[in-house]
Formats: sequence, structure tokens, C-alpha cells
Amino acid sequence: MADIELRQLHKSFDAFVAVHDTNMTISDGQFFVLLGPSGCGKTTTLRMIAGLELPTAGEILLDGEDVTYKRARERDIAFVFQLFALYPHLNVRNNIAYPLRAQCVPRREIRVRVEETARLLRIDSLLDKPVGGLAGGDRQRVALGRAIVRRPKAFLMDEPLGTLDAAFRELMCEELRALHDRIGATTIYVTHDQIEAMAMADRVAVMNEGEVLQVASPYEIYHRPRSMFVAAFIGAPAMNFLECVGELNPGTDQVTVAGSTTAVPRLHEGVAGDRAVLGIRPEYVHFGDDYAFRGSVYGVEYTGARQLVTVETEAGAVRARIPAGAKLGIGETVGLGFAPDRAIVFDPATERALESELFEAAHG
Amino acid sequence: MSATAHSVIEPTARERRFAATLIVIYALVTMLPLVWIFMTSLKTPQDSISYPPKVVFGPTLEGYVNLFTTRTRQTPEYMASLPPPETWWDELVRSRNMVIAGPSKFGERFLNSVIIGFGSTFLTIFLGTLAAYAFSRFRVPLKDDLLFFILSTRMMPPVAVAIPIFLMYRQLGLSDTHLGMILLYTAVNLSLAVWLLKGFMDEIPREYEEAAMIDGYTRLQAFRKVVLPQATTGIAATAIFCLIFAWNEYAFALLLTSGTAQTAPPFIPTIIGEGGLDWPAVAAGATLFLLPVLVFTILLRKHLLRGITFGAVRK
Repeated sequence: MADIELRQLHKSFDAFVAVHDTNMTISDGQFFVLLGPSGCGKTTTLRMIAGLELPTAGEILLDGEDVTYKRARERDIAFVFQLFALYPHLNVRNNIAYPLRAQCVPRREIRVRVEETARLLRIDSLLDKPVGGLAGGDRQRVALGRAIVRRPKAFLMDEPLGTLDAAFRELMCEELRALHDRIGATTIYVTHDQIEAMAMADRVAVMNEGEVLQVASPYEIYHRPRSMFVAAFIGAPAMNFLECVGELNPGTDQVTVAGSTTAVPRLHEGVAGDRAVLGIRPEYVHFGDDYAFRGSVYGVEYTGARQLVTVETEAGAVRARIPAGAKLGIGETVGLGFAPDRAIVFDPATERALESELFEAAHG
Repeated sequence: MSATAHSVIEPTARERRFAATLIVIYALVTMLPLVWIFMTSLKTPQDSISYPPKVVFGPTLEGYVNLFTTRTRQTPEYMASLPPPETWWDELVRSRNMVIAGPSKFGERFLNSVIIGFGSTFLTIFLGTLAAYAFSRFRVPLKDDLLFFILSTRMMPPVAVAIPIFLMYRQLGLSDTHLGMILLYTAVNLSLAVWLLKGFMDEIPREYEEAAMIDGYTRLQAFRKVVLPQATTGIAATAIFCLIFAWNEYAFALLLTSGTAQTAPPFIPTIIGEGGLDWPAVAAGATLFLLPVLVFTILLRKHLLRGITFGAVRK
């Protein structure tokens, strides 16, 4: 088991920069998720850590040792591919045994370890079947088995649940996390699915266009996003963004949205102009006749325990997630209030979140 | 109109019968010359040139005996003085007032064909697989230009360069050598092989060998243990194409070989009997010459059928 450290890691393909000067530390035993939209460089980062791709610049340290230009087989890392990459000409047992054969492990020990691994993954009944006829979930388990049988320093997984159907994915999420807790191996997991990321990760790195925007726990990422991209990418539906004005100086604790004043956590920095973007998650939008900020109900989506209400306002559409009990008619005029301790003010020029009391709590 | 639902893509029974009839007719047309050659190989020289052609005749193995032997005509007195014939072929030859003087060159020429045909096929596949893998997987500088350049060697008939090759080979001492012919057929086939095999290699997901390399294998080991087993279909199909070309090639063989490395195609038409070509012997040579490719193709038939669809049926 090992720490993984990336220092100024950079990868470009001709003119295209896939990964931009990335720094990251993944500590021993962590379940670390690289999250981002497709083409954001997360898979390239993973492949560089695995040794399948060489970086243009920068260093990769595995357990303090520089492995940047070492071959994949010299790194002692296991990789689970999106399409599993099970060797189609071998059966389940031989697929799992394959990495051990490469290490010239004695036959008897291979047998013991393969069976032990199969029991752990509950595929011991499938050992002598060809991999061709296996169901998606079982293929996934075989691929995992091939990874864990070696007891490598770290596991790298590239969207391993991407091809499974939704119900099964949820189950495999749980299983993967449970497996990680049992083995305690450092794991880097790449996905574009925020639900997977939130469900499994100890820490999440959100990437976009080759840059790491934020590395934090799932809670932090969700409640204290550092940029508008992270705020919009995480959460379904995304955070509401409303243009606001005010004296945006350090110490300010209120802004004005479409003429109505609303409280925000006290700012520690200002912006150049008097305009900013107020970000608020749908669950922190409340309805009440007392609120001055008003709009008319545009649509209601019922999602079981909650309902998602879209309200047309002067500042644009606002979505609110409220308990399913409340009855709201289309076209009805409502007052909207925002939870003051949950609002985030973004600088519209840089799209960064302004330092405020909200983030102070994060450091504390 | 029938009320029962019918598929728009499944052929009806009538369409099936029609297709089958067409195929049978086509097969008969293409097979007729082969059948005729086979029949001729079992005729006597007289029957083979009789007019109208004989379809019903008494079969004899004389053509095959003549193919494998050289014979001398003897006087009746000499024939009478010989001890009784020991084998059926001795008897057959003596009935024509001849005795067997020795084996003919057909065996040697046939062996040359086998060595050169299979040798060049093996070499082509060996080089072609490695080249195709490299083109498929690595960032080769000027990849597209190189591939086009390789293909461009097929843009004229190979025979167009026969004279330069003849002169080069004479200079290099490669004329009439096995090595020379193997190299020549390899050079001609390699472009086709690289292109075909690259297509098959592209179809094999690179995750397989990446997985193997992470699992602790070198690239070459991963290639051998993971890529090759999956490429067998493509390799088999390509090998058949290469073998058929090398096996049947006539023009270069005629030009560049005359003795030690002469292959069967230029040799067979030179089998001359008394009073002109010995047609049954020529036909016997042609029949035997067809067999190795036939056997090779049947052995690899399963792969060939899947292979020539160029991966279309692979999942």
C-alpha cells in the first residue's frame, strides 16, 4: 500500500493539452475519485499513474519513489478497465491467475490465491467458466479479482461501472466501497458520474479541461465548491446562479438580487466591480410569503419524497427542492428566500468563489 | 396477400431456392475446368486429344506415372529379354514398349513450390504481423504516408518490374535460388498482409495488452500471449491469400528460375511426351499441384470465412 504523489504533471498531445500542471497527493489507503466531464483529462492522468502513458513533464511518486518513466509492469499497480479487458481466450480462473503467472508465483500458491480471491468476490462457482458468457457484474468481479489477486500497491479504476445498468451500478458501488474498506488499498477511481463519486470517495478531485479545480471530501465539494464549474457540475439539479449587485468588499454580508436584499456569509474579499453571481443550492431555497424576492411557478417535478419547483423570477429561473407535501399551482406567485449561511458569492470574471465565513468553517 | 406476418429481411422459401440454384450453377461453371483437368489426368494420351472429347473413358494412372518418371523407348527384342515387371507402373510403361529410366524432376519442383510458397507465407506473416501491430498501436512518424507508400507497391502489376528484378537478382546471385524467390514473393505479399493485418489488429482492443503489461508482462510477451491468440482469424485469412499468390505465381518463376529453385507452375507445362505435350501428365501435375492449397484452405476454412468478412461479425 502506498502514497501517490503527482508533481507538476503535464501531458500534451501535439497542441492539445490534456493535463495541465497537476499537483495531487493521494495518501495511503484512501479511496480517491477523479471526477469530471469526458475529455477533462482524468483518464489521461490515471493512465500516466499506471505507466500506460508518459507525461510531457512533471513527476509521479509512488511511495516516495520516482516512477515517472518506469514501465507499467515495474510499478506494481493494478488497473481495472472500463471494458474490463478480460482475456477472451482464457477462462475465469486463468484470467485471475494471469498476473501471478507473470510474477512466476508457484503453481500451488496461484491456486490458493485465486480461490481465495474468488471467494472474496463471490465468484468461486464461476472459476472454470469461459469469460465470454458472463454477465456484466460477474465480468466486473473477475476484472476486480485480477486486480486484487496480486496485492498491488494501488488500484486504478477507469470508469469500471460505466457499462453496467443503473440498478447494478448502485450495488457494485456498495460492493466496491466495502471491498476497499476490507483490503484498505489506495484506490484511484475515475468517473464522470457524480453519484458514484459522492457515494464512494474519501476525497474527490474535480477536473475540467485538464485542470484540477478542487480536491476535497465529497461534503466539501458539494457544500463549499470553490468555483462555478464545480458548483454546477456537482448536484442534480445544479446550483442556482443569480446575478447580484452590492458593495462587494471584504466585510459585506448582504447582496441584492433583482432589487431584494438577501444575506450571505460575511465576505473576506471583494471584486473589482459591483456585480457578482450568487450561488445557492436548490435545497436552500425556501418559499414564504414574507420574502420580497418573488416569482411565478413555472414547473413542478415530483420526485417522491421531494419535489423540484422551477420559479421564473426577474433574475432568471430558480429551482427549489422542497418537501413533496406543499401544494403549488403553475403560475402561482411565490416569495423566495435563501438560507443565508449557505449562499456563495462568485466573482463573475474568474468564476471563483469569494472567500467568506462559509469557507472558514471548512478550514476549522 | 397472406395475413400472416412475414419478415422483410428474411428471404422467402422461393427466394432461397432461387439463390441456391444460382450458387449451384456458378459452382458448376467454376468447377468444370477443374473437373476436366482431373478427368484428363486419368486418360490415356490418345483419349486426351480425341475429338469429339471423351467424357466416358477407361481410367488409367498412366498420366501420373509419366509425371513422376522419365522413360526410354526400347526395341521389342530388348523388351522380351527383360525379367517380368515387378510393379504395376513398370507394367504400364512396358505396355507402351518403354522402360522407366528414372524419376522425373516433378518431385523436386513440387518440393521447391512447397518450400518457397510456405516459406514466403511464413516470412510475410511474421513481418506483416509485427509491422501491422506497430502501425496499429504506436505513434509512428508519417504513419499515413508510410502506409500509403506500402500500398503503392501494389499499384502496378508486379511483372512490370520483372526486368529490373531479373537484372538485380543476377547481380546479387539470387537468380534461381530458394532464398531469392522467398524474398520476392514476400516483398510482393507484404503490402497486402500489412494492410489486412492492421485492420484486424485495430479491432483488438488495446486494453487487453495494456492489462497484460500492467499485470507484469513486457510488451512482446503481451503481444505473444494476448494479441496473437486474438488475431488468429486475421492471420489465417491473410496467410491463405499470401500462400495462394506465392503458390500460383507463374511469371516470375518462369523468368527467375530454371533449375534448382524452379517451382511447379513453370515446370508443369514443359512435360513433353512423344509427339507433343503429354496432356494427361500435365493434367496430373496440375491436379496434384492444387492439393496443398486445397488442404491448407480447408484446414483454415473456419478462420477464413470469419476473416474475409473483415471483423464484421465479431462482437
